[in-house]
Amino acid sequence: MKDLKMAWRNLWRNKRRTLITVMSIFFGVLLSIVMGSMQEGIYGSMIDNVVKTYSGHIQIQHPDYEENKNINNTIFESDGLIDSVLSIDHVTAAVPRLKNFALISSGEKTRIGMAIGISPAKENNLTGLKKWVKEGSYLENGDRGILIAKNLAKHLQAEIGDTIILISQGYHGANPADLFPVRGILDFPTPELNSLGVYMDIETARQFFYAPKMMTEIAVLADDYEEVPAIERKLEEMFDSRYNYLSWQELSPELVQFIESDKGSGVIMKAILYLVIGFGILGTIMMMMAERRREMGVMVAVGMQKIRLSKVIWFETVLMGIIAVALGFIISIPLIAYLTANPIPITGEYGEAYAQFGMEPVIYFKMAFSVFYQQALIVFAIILAISIYPYRVVRKLNTIEAIRG
Amino acid sequence: MAIIDVKNVKKIYNDSEVAVHAVNGIDLSFEQGEFAAIVGPSGSGKTTFLNMLGGLDNTTEGEIVIDGVNVSNLKGSKLINFRLMNIGFVFQAYNLIPVLTAKENVEFIMELQGKSKTERDKRAKELLSAVGLGERINNRPNKLSGGQQQRVAVARALAPKPKFILADEPTANLDSKSTENLLDIMEKLNKEENITFIFSTHDSRVVNKARRVITVEDGKVISDVRK
Repeated sequence: MKDLKMAWRNLWRNKRRTLITVMSIFFGVLLSIVMGSMQEGIYGSMIDNVVKTYSGHIQIQHPDYEENKNINNTIFESDGLIDSVLSIDHVTAAVPRLKNFALISSGEKTRIGMAIGISPAKENNLTGLKKWVKEGSYLENGDRGILIAKNLAKHLQAEIGDTIILISQGYHGANPADLFPVRGILDFPTPELNSLGVYMDIETARQFFYAPKMMTEIAVLADDYEEVPAIERKLEEMFDSRYNYLSWQELSPELVQFIESDKGSGVIMKAILYLVIGFGILGTIMMMMAERRREMGVMVAVGMQKIRLSKVIWFETVLMGIIAVALGFIISIPLIAYLTANPIPITGEYGEAYAQFGMEPVIYFKMAFSVFYQQALIVFAIILAISIYPYRVVRKLNTIEAIRG
Repeated sequence: MAIIDVKNVKKIYNDSEVAVHAVNGIDLSFEQGEFAAIVGPSGSGKTTFLNMLGGLDNTTEGEIVIDGVNVSNLKGSKLINFRLMNIGFVFQAYNLIPVLTAKENVEFIMELQGKSKTERDKRAKELLSAVGLGERINNRPNKLSGGQQQRVAVARALAPKPKFILADEPTANLDSKSTENLLDIMEKLNKEENITFIFSTHDSRVVNKARRVITVEDGKVISDVRK
C-alpha cells in the first residue's frame, strides 16, 4: 500500500513524463477500439445486408421443410402466432412467406424459379423490397400482379404489363396454373436474387397454391444479430419442437464462412496492430527508464531496496496503464457512438467497386461493450507484459554506473 | 575506538587484458568525529576506495569493518539496508532526485527508514534550516543553485542519522563562495554534533579545512597526516 502510494505520488511529480506515457498508451487503446468497432461494424453491415435483403435473422419453418422443401411442409398461420413472435424482446419484425418452385413462362420462354408470396407492407418493413423496384410499381395488399427479378425478366423478355404464366405444385397434390400481370421489375444488388423468381401478395399465393392460411416460413428480424441465440431460445420455450428455427448462420453458411476467414486474416492484422501499440508503449517506457537511471541509482545508493524500487516502478507503469485505458474508454465511447450514428461513406472508385459487389459503400462501426472491454483488456495485458521490462532494469541496475549517469 | 577499520583492501579490475589495481592494499582506520580528506591525482583510486567504504562497490580482497560489522561480507538487500542505516552520501553531481522538492529529498531516506510523517517533516525542516535553506524547502533542485543543491545533499546525508558521511568531491562543481559556505556548514556540523566526514577531493580549500589528510597514489596510501 505504501509502495502504491509512493508510485502514485511519483506519477504526479513529473506530470509531463507521465502525460507522454499515458498518451502513448491511450492512443493505443483508442486505435485498437476504433479498429475493433470498425471490424464488428463491417461484419454487422454484411450480415444486415444479407438478412435485410431476404433471409431475416431467423426463419421459423415446418420441422421437415429444411430437409424437404415441399409446399406440404408448411405451417398454419394460427391467430396470434406472428403476434407472439413479435412479443419477444429484440424482435423488430416477423413476416409470413409462402413459396414454392414454379415454371415461369412468358411467350415461348420458360424458366424454373421461386414463386414467393409475401405480405407487401410487412415484407417492405423487413427487407425494404420496395426500394429494389427499378421499373413499374410495388405490390399492394391483395394485389393480383407480380414483381419479377431483373435477370429472370430479361430471360423471359417480360416487361411491365406483360402476363406471366406460373405452373407449380400446390398443397396436397393440387396442380395450380395461372396468369399474372407484371407490376414491377426488381433490381437487387446480388446476382442470386436477380435470378431468384417472382414475388406476389401472400393471399394471391395462397389461392394459387391452394394453401389457405399456410406459410412456408416466418422471417424474423432482430434489432441486433447478437440477440439471435436468445430469441431462438425464447422461440423454443414458446413453441417447443412444433417448428424448426434456423438462424442467419444456418440460412447463409457462405456468409459465416466469409466472416470466419476474414476474422482469420483479421487476427494477423490485429497482431500487427498490437505489436505496433506494444512497441510504442515499450519505447516510451524505455525512454522513461533511461531518463530515470541516475535517479534510480541514487535511490538504491542511499538505501532503497531494489525489490521495493522495482515494485514502485511496476506500480507506476500499471497505474499509468489503468489511467490510459480508462481514458481510452471514456474518450472512445462518444467517438464510437458518433461513428456508429454517422458511418463513413466510401466515395469515388472504391465506392463504385463496393456497389458492384452488392456491398454498401459505407464503413460502419459497432457500439458494443464487448469491443471496448476486449480491446482495453488486450492493451492492458500488453502493458502488464511490458511492465516486466522496468522491473528487470531495476533488478539489474549497477548503482555506481547509474549514479555516474 | 575506530568506527571504520580498513584492512588490506584491494580492488582489481580484470575487464581489460591487463588487470588494473585501482586500490592496491589500503589499511586505514577512522575515529568518530573525524574531518578527513582523501587526496590524490585523478585515477589514484580515491573514488573507488570511497565507493567501497560506502558499500557501493565490492572489495576484491581485504575487509572493511564498520562499527563492528564486516561490510565486505554483506551482499544485496543486507548491504543496501546497512547503507540506509549507517552511511550518508554526498555526491559530486549533487544527485538529488529531480522530481522531489528539497524537503522531499531530505525526507525520502527517512521514509525508507520507516520514520513517521511528523518526525520526517520536523527533521527535514531542521536540517534544511541548519544548511541555510529554511526558506527554500519547497523548491525543486532545478530551482536551486549548485551550492544550494549540494547543501540539500548534505541535509539529505544527515537525515538518517548516519555513523559517518562520505563526500565524493563535493565542491568540484561549486564556485568559491558556495564552496566556502558548504565547508563552513560541514565543519560546524562536525564540531558541534561530532559528525564524521570523509571527503575525496582535489580542492585545496577542502584540504585546508580537513584535520586529517590521506594521500593516495596508484591505489596506495602514501601519506596520512593529522593536523
